[in-house]
Amino acid sequence: MPAAPQSSPLGINTYQGPWSYSQIKHLLNRTMYGAKAADINYFKTKGVVAAVDELLNVPNSLPMPPLNDYNTASLTDPNVLPGATWVNDVSLDGTINGYRRSTYKKWLLSVLVGQERNIREKLTFFWSNHFGTEADTISYGSMVYQHHQILRANCVGNFKQMVLAVTTDPGMLRYLNGYLSTKYAPDENYGRELQELFTVGKDGGAKYTEDDVKTAAKVLTGWKIDAAFNAVFDSTRHDTTNKTFSPYYSSKTITGKTGASGALETDELMNMIFENTDVARFICRKLYRYFVYYYIDANVENNIIKPLANTFVTNNYDIKPVLKQLLQSEHFYDSLYIGCQIKSPIDHVVGFLRQYEIVFPDAVTDYADAYYLYNNIVNQLIYMGQSPVDPPNVAGWPAYYQAPDFNELWINADTLPKRNKFTDLMIETGYTKNGKKIIIDTIKFAKTVCTNPADPNILIDSLFAFLVSTDIDASLKTSLKIQLLLTGQTSDYYWTDAWNLYLTSPTVINFNIVNTRLKALIKYIMNLPDYQLQ
Amino acid sequence: MERRKFIRNSFALLAPTMIGGNPIHILQDHPMLDTALLATSSNNNVLVIIQLSGGNDGLNTVIPISEYSNYYNARTNIAIPEKKILKLQENDATGIHPAMTALQNLYADGKLNIVQSVGYPQPSFSHFRATDIWMSGSDSNQYLNSGWAGRFLNYENPGYPDNYPSAEKPDPLAIQIGSLATLTCQGPAVNMALSVSDPGSFYNLLDGSNASVANTNAGYELSFLRNISKQTNLYTARIKAASDSVKKQVTYPDNYLASQLKVVARLIKGGLQTKVYMVNFGGFDTHSGQVVASDTTTGTHANLLKVLSDSIAAFQSDMVGLEIEDRVIGMTYSEFGRRIVSNGSGGTDHGSAAPLFLFGKNVRGGVFGNNPTISANANVNDNVPYQYDFRTVYSTILQNWFCVNATGQTEILSKQYPLLPLINASVCGINDKSSTFAKEALVYNYPNPFTSFTKIEFKSKGGHTLLQLLDGSGTILKVLVDATYNYPGMNSYGLYGTGLTPGVYYIRLQNEDKVFVKAIIKM
Repeated sequence: MPAAPQSSPLGINTYQGPWSYSQIKHLLNRTMYGAKAADINYFKTKGVVAAVDELLNVPNSLPMPPLNDYNTASLTDPNVLPGATWVNDVSLDGTINGYRRSTYKKWLLSVLVGQERNIREKLTFFWSNHFGTEADTISYGSMVYQHHQILRANCVGNFKQMVLAVTTDPGMLRYLNGYLSTKYAPDENYGRELQELFTVGKDGGAKYTEDDVKTAAKVLTGWKIDAAFNAVFDSTRHDTTNKTFSPYYSSKTITGKTGASGALETDELMNMIFENTDVARFICRKLYRYFVYYYIDANVENNIIKPLANTFVTNNYDIKPVLKQLLQSEHFYDSLYIGCQIKSPIDHVVGFLRQYEIVFPDAVTDYADAYYLYNNIVNQLIYMGQSPVDPPNVAGWPAYYQAPDFNELWINADTLPKRNKFTDLMIETGYTKNGKKIIIDTIKFAKTVCTNPADPNILIDSLFAFLVSTDIDASLKTSLKIQLLLTGQTSDYYWTDAWNLYLTSPTVINFNIVNTRLKALIKYIMNLPDYQLQ
Repeated sequence: MERRKFIRNSFALLAPTMIGGNPIHILQDHPMLDTALLATSSNNNVLVIIQLSGGNDGLNTVIPISEYSNYYNARTNIAIPEKKILKLQENDATGIHPAMTALQNLYADGKLNIVQSVGYPQPSFSHFRATDIWMSGSDSNQYLNSGWAGRFLNYENPGYPDNYPSAEKPDPLAIQIGSLATLTCQGPAVNMALSVSDPGSFYNLLDGSNASVANTNAGYELSFLRNISKQTNLYTARIKAASDSVKKQVTYPDNYLASQLKVVARLIKGGLQTKVYMVNFGGFDTHSGQVVASDTTTGTHANLLKVLSDSIAAFQSDMVGLEIEDRVIGMTYSEFGRRIVSNGSGGTDHGSAAPLFLFGKNVRGGVFGNNPTISANANVNDNVPYQYDFRTVYSTILQNWFCVNATGQTEILSKQYPLLPLINASVCGINDKSSTFAKEALVYNYPNPFTSFTKIEFKSKGGHTLLQLLDGSGTILKVLVDATYNYPGMNSYGLYGTGLTPGVYYIRLQNEDKVFVKAIIKM
């Protein structure tokens, strides 16, 4: 057994090796939530360059916004009809905003489950975690929505523009108190996190100073939120003195400006920060940990992080070229990294729902039942330790940054059984609302992932290949075949006959004979620790 | 290391864990492994279920000596020579396969009960379907998603698995040894049996070894996950400690079944409160080469039966040595028996009813039921019709071994089944029904064979009386009588041959706990 994480000596040269099931699944697991059988099939003829290009080609259109699903006999939203969207409505009502935040999470799940064949949702989540806002703290549903829409719309765009947009985003102004910061009492919260967490970072030895934090806070004074929930610059609250930074920022002075021009100091602050290539290295490390593996040694730093950072800077902080280089690299496809990520709860749950192509009611035309069912999924994520858009603090979830454990932090004696219970539940009972049921359809699944489910050997091979990324012992496969598919018999044709009998005569009993055995097998595979890896 | 100290240390290995969001320290407050402190539930009886996968040939396992010539004619190429059949003490009519000397001795000790011709109406000849029927306890045309033992355990533990394990119930409710949890212990929502993920890992668990992983980062993370997974199995430490605490056992034969039973014995003695253990033993699907042609007492089936017999005997002797035989019984079953007539490949094809063994100090020794009737000109499709519905055996175990009341039994098995006198009455303090070992014939018919009409006479002791007409494969063609008589006595039924194709049929009488099956022949 390997005693420690290992790094690959391979660098960012474009991958030239075989383009088969394993590599495609690896790419999809890391850039989307789980891989559907059809997705894997789709990319078979593409090759690595075309596949990555296509995944990075994020459409401009955004999903339909979340709807009011919360009107009840005792609660009426005065401004938004049931089934209409609330995202443009300003409400200060705490109860209604509580429901809107909850609705946002259900809606988000519908977007994740229904994601198209591109990187947008996986990457949007990365940025959500990167900026680490908590919906509970922002509290206003519409601000929560707008904040994440900025990230969603710019996910493969320009990082500098994204930081600028986030800096003056009402949600962020509220979250890190920017809207309260005035020249009389500059609030250092955003000035600090902007540098420590969002841009230059502190893990790469960035030598910005406490005074730089205070100075940045002064630059940012004046931003507030108006009654319509827009960010506005109030020059009367802006510190108009000159702001001089430490030698880390080349002792740059941002000249104090009065009137509306005071807002331009924010742009200058961004320019100054992004002059520093620590930004590129910090973000590239974080992207690497998110898309490849958490272990970064000198090897990875030199062969991957530095070239990626160089690409980032050269392209003026455009995100897409960096991801293209990383996801096409021979490093990314080294077998050392196949299946080495422990799934986050969202990876686990959404990946599961997509692998099995669980069909929910339509989130627009049948929103009430759909949201009800998605709420069950949100609750599962909360049990497992990841309430969407509510990370524990502004640093995001520790699993993405906390050395030395990183994503091992998701798994403990409490959360692992909950993951297993979820998949068990989705096999045995599922969830039901108004006669609409979300549950694994074992037969459809077997037909989807396997070309010949009548052959128990091919069936087991296909299920393992699809569901896990680790190598499974042949003796275990044989044992599972005999115990679960053949009910203790040794002749394969008993399964073949049962499967074929079901196909030709799909009676309840013939269905159950096949279904009972498939259920046991699928359940077994998903209860293996291997299923927690992607 | 001193045993107590070792146990304490092994518990300390477990990190505090979380149950329902609350940290708890597993088991540290429960030094349950001292047998004196064990199993405080009202009934700590244990059932060990041995599944014989593949369909055991009942007619060569328990041989109807009284029907020997017809038996021999029907399966000459595999028949056990009459003089080789092992005799059962004080029983001339029925014998057992020569490979089962150990069970012969167990029978002589009064610790083996043979229930004849256990099955159910409209038998299925599919391994899968028949196994599901046996495990779920369903009717032939019904599909149940839960198992009979699972429903029993759920009946006793309606809240499972929330808040399990607990101080009162620190152990798995059921354990499947060496293979995966099956339908038998599937409860209404969850499986009540401890499912050991990797069939090999149960033994790994007991001897502490670890499966290997690849030398990749995935391998590194997999090791991490497996360790957590072991900690997560809240029962792991209990099972390991229970197993480790038993130092001395009898010598078991070296085979897969015996090695499973040996672990079961350790776990019971080691103090687990687990009520149901399941072990599996396969290979009974003997379509061909069931025997060695030159000596039909040898071959595949003989080897299987020897393993079965020797393993059960070793287990039973271990129960005595470990001083736990008062609270442990075992039951064998197979999804079906095999056809009366053998095939040309020296084997037998899928059949229906077959004998079943119960063993243990508290089972009533003896043969329960009559030998199957074999027709002089048995047909290739003829089957042994069932005398006893397998659910009457389950019902008896539930009520007379686990002491579930009649209401509970009905809830678990959907309807009330009669009790059979299989288990010592003192266990649950029920009325003695030893008189129901019906040796006498309860059904006659004349003429036999018949063409157009035969008169069937049957004896009822009063009470509910069911008379059924079955075809040669065991399918019920008609219910002739379904009545409740106030008095004992002889009754009759006139059966017309119209519509019956020539061949063997059976008349099955079920009168309360008494069952009798009579073969009749239509010309």
